[in-house]
Amino acid sequence: MEARMRAITRVGTGQPARLIRLMGMVSFAFLAVGIFLWAFGKNPVRAYGEIFQGALGSTYGLTELLVKMTPFILCASATALPARIGLINVGAEGQLHTGALIATWGALTFGDLPRGILLPFLVILGFAGGAIWGSFSGALRTMVGLNETISTLLLNYVAVLLVEHYVHGPWKDPASFNWPFTAEFTEAARLPTFGSSRVHFGLVFALTAVVVLYLVLRKTRWGYEMRVIGDNAEAARRAGIPIGRYIVLTMFIGGGLAGLAGMAEVSAIQGRLRPGISTGFGYTGFLVSWLASHHPIGIVIMAFLLGVLALGGDMIQINLGLPYSTVNIIMALIFFIVLGSGQLKKMGA
Amino acid sequence: MERIPYLRLENITKTFPGVLANYSINLSIEKSEVHAILGENGAGKSTLMKILYGFYRPDTGNIYLDGTPVDIRSPLEASRLGIGMVFQNFMLIPAFSVVENIALALPKLNVLFKRSEMEERMAVVADRYGLSVDPRARVWQLSVGEKQRVEIVKLLLSGARMLIFDEPTSVLAPHEIEGLFQIFKNLTNDGYTILFITHKLREVMACADRVTVLRRGSVVGTVLRSDTTEQELAYMMLGEQSLHLDRSTKKPPEGRSKTVLELKGVEVSDDRGGLGLKEVSFSISSGEIVGVAGVSGNGQKELGEVVLGLRRCRAGSVLLHGNDATQWSVARILGEGVACMPEDPLVMGVAPGMTAQENMILTDRMNYFRHGGLFIDWKAVRAEVERRVENFGLPIPNLDTPVIALSGGNVQRLVFVREVARRPSLLIAYYPTRGLDLAATKMANDLLLACREAGIAVLLISEDLEELFSLSDRLIVMHRGEVVGSFKPEETDRLEVGLLMTGSKAP
Repeated sequence: MEARMRAITRVGTGQPARLIRLMGMVSFAFLAVGIFLWAFGKNPVRAYGEIFQGALGSTYGLTELLVKMTPFILCASATALPARIGLINVGAEGQLHTGALIATWGALTFGDLPRGILLPFLVILGFAGGAIWGSFSGALRTMVGLNETISTLLLNYVAVLLVEHYVHGPWKDPASFNWPFTAEFTEAARLPTFGSSRVHFGLVFALTAVVVLYLVLRKTRWGYEMRVIGDNAEAARRAGIPIGRYIVLTMFIGGGLAGLAGMAEVSAIQGRLRPGISTGFGYTGFLVSWLASHHPIGIVIMAFLLGVLALGGDMIQINLGLPYSTVNIIMALIFFIVLGSGQLKKMGA
Repeated sequence: MERIPYLRLENITKTFPGVLANYSINLSIEKSEVHAILGENGAGKSTLMKILYGFYRPDTGNIYLDGTPVDIRSPLEASRLGIGMVFQNFMLIPAFSVVENIALALPKLNVLFKRSEMEERMAVVADRYGLSVDPRARVWQLSVGEKQRVEIVKLLLSGARMLIFDEPTSVLAPHEIEGLFQIFKNLTNDGYTILFITHKLREVMACADRVTVLRRGSVVGTVLRSDTTEQELAYMMLGEQSLHLDRSTKKPPEGRSKTVLELKGVEVSDDRGGLGLKEVSFSISSGEIVGVAGVSGNGQKELGEVVLGLRRCRAGSVLLHGNDATQWSVARILGEGVACMPEDPLVMGVAPGMTAQENMILTDRMNYFRHGGLFIDWKAVRAEVERRVENFGLPIPNLDTPVIALSGGNVQRLVFVREVARRPSLLIAYYPTRGLDLAATKMANDLLLACREAGIAVLLISEDLEELFSLSDRLIVMHRGEVVGSFKPEETDRLEVGLLMTGSKAP
């Protein structure tokens, strides 16, 4: 009864109201961290000033922000799509790594192909690498009932170690003086960047993914059927909605999006596969998705916010001598406050 | 000197935004009586009981327990005062065993939990009042009647002196109802007080000492059971309206009758791995209502699920319109015109967080897919849903309200209308009138008969023998997953069916 009353009182608050509340909570997190900074003798206004200045105060900062946002958005989409049917995919990090791995295989093997053929091929390989990794967890869930949260989490370690294996072993560049990375990609295998910045074509993938996701969830039968599954799987089953197929499919597409992020990282940013291609993009993406209640537009907004924080973390390290973990603390605090306020339960569009 | 009643409510008024739920209620309850609170859905019974149980606080008015004013702020406070409530939806944890569930409710539980000691305490109460349940069984394995007994034991062990039962019989089989009334008697003999909320006249006459009738939030009167009749109570409860409730009448169906569904020697497993259905064979023709009588948990659930393709046959076959549908998917079976009104519409039939409109097309959504399913034609949906609401008189003011905000009765009606409105060839209706009041029951019965006239084959699964006898063209009786009897209603009587469904008589 009480649950029902709560549900009633929550209904009818539109998206704008939710956004304002969310922003209020984010500000609260900043305030709380500010008090700590102040207590430790640091000027919080200056620290935040540095953070925002760093990300938004120059063209360089802005382009770097877009570079950071790209994998955040893709990994958040990888979390959001399965979340719509009630799955918790914490495996974007692993799916990103397998995407990067398979794309690297393509780049190393077919590096001599003309660019017009090679690049689309690498995009497909990157997507497939993540998609296979994701749908593996989906299939395990459907066929043997293995919880996808556990399997995606554990497969993250496997994926990272697979990358380590290949860069330390079979794919190690003989000319690298024993450094663990592959040979550099040929020019044809490099994803184009915009102008002289590091902003790359992956951003187009990310924004396209968000728009398509929005349209699919909003307008199509798949979006409708997914919302039914997410809301009441038993009713969905009885209405003839193929739940198993949706589980595998959302994990396939979600994993594929994370795989694209991995492909873009190696092809556009690094130019080769090496350990540490991701500084926890998959996990930050997870955070972004949950903060945005898995809403596509919210994902862009939250990716922007966390992108600013991530960039600013570098700035306060350099300029104020504060550790990078200050930023992690802010992120964690935002997450806890939002989690505690019950905002996250409202997953509906 | 005037005797002080055990519990007295004085001028209780409770309003919700736009609704006057209880108005100036005065009520006295004596110790050791079974006091029935009788009223239609929406008469304010549940609100009143929730006030007693500390869920709601009244706007005005006082509550006296043994002559002392009390302020019941929370369910915890209520239970400290010895007031316990058995809800319609049981408050039990399915994965826990019976004894664990009971231990959880005790106010003072030792850090070290002695299972054997708890089991002994349970056994004492169980023997004394006829409340036997296997203490080691998991709650999900229990029948509804058993779960109810667990709830009662739980309250007794946690020290309740007054027990409130909210529509306790709506989920029970006929013989279980009698058992419950016997439990009432045993309890009142020992000084417990029972408050029994219902809308069923027959049950009031069967077990209450006194009856208070509520109508539109106010008390119409309190009478001694021995001084009144069913007719008088019906009049008090319904007012003028009671004159218009005559029986539904049957008309012959349109068109020629064809076999719609046929089951041949069907066997399926139940959830616990046992045999859920055993060599079940029967058929239904268009324009025919086949009633399935039986105590719930005797294969009714499995029967519906095997027809819908939700459960696979171990042996035997299911034929739809003469085609072998044994291996068909749920979607295909629904597409062939099979509709189902499930046992628990809120849990099995709707997505509660989605709107009434979205839920209204859940089972015939394919009709609104455009461009191969790329889009849903929401305009067409809107028009169709509005038509249904209008035609079937659904009391849903706003189609964009999420279903969870609707009352249980309205969710049930929404699902019923949805399944009927898509013009199925076979309708499986589980307990279509369970929990509905007299007026809504009449509407549901009329709707079933209208389906029959329109040539729909109806498989009616119910525990209400009266309903089964008045609506069915043919009756089958199920016991332990087997069909133990198959008759025309006029060839048998309630006693025979009752004995067959409880296994007291060999088929």
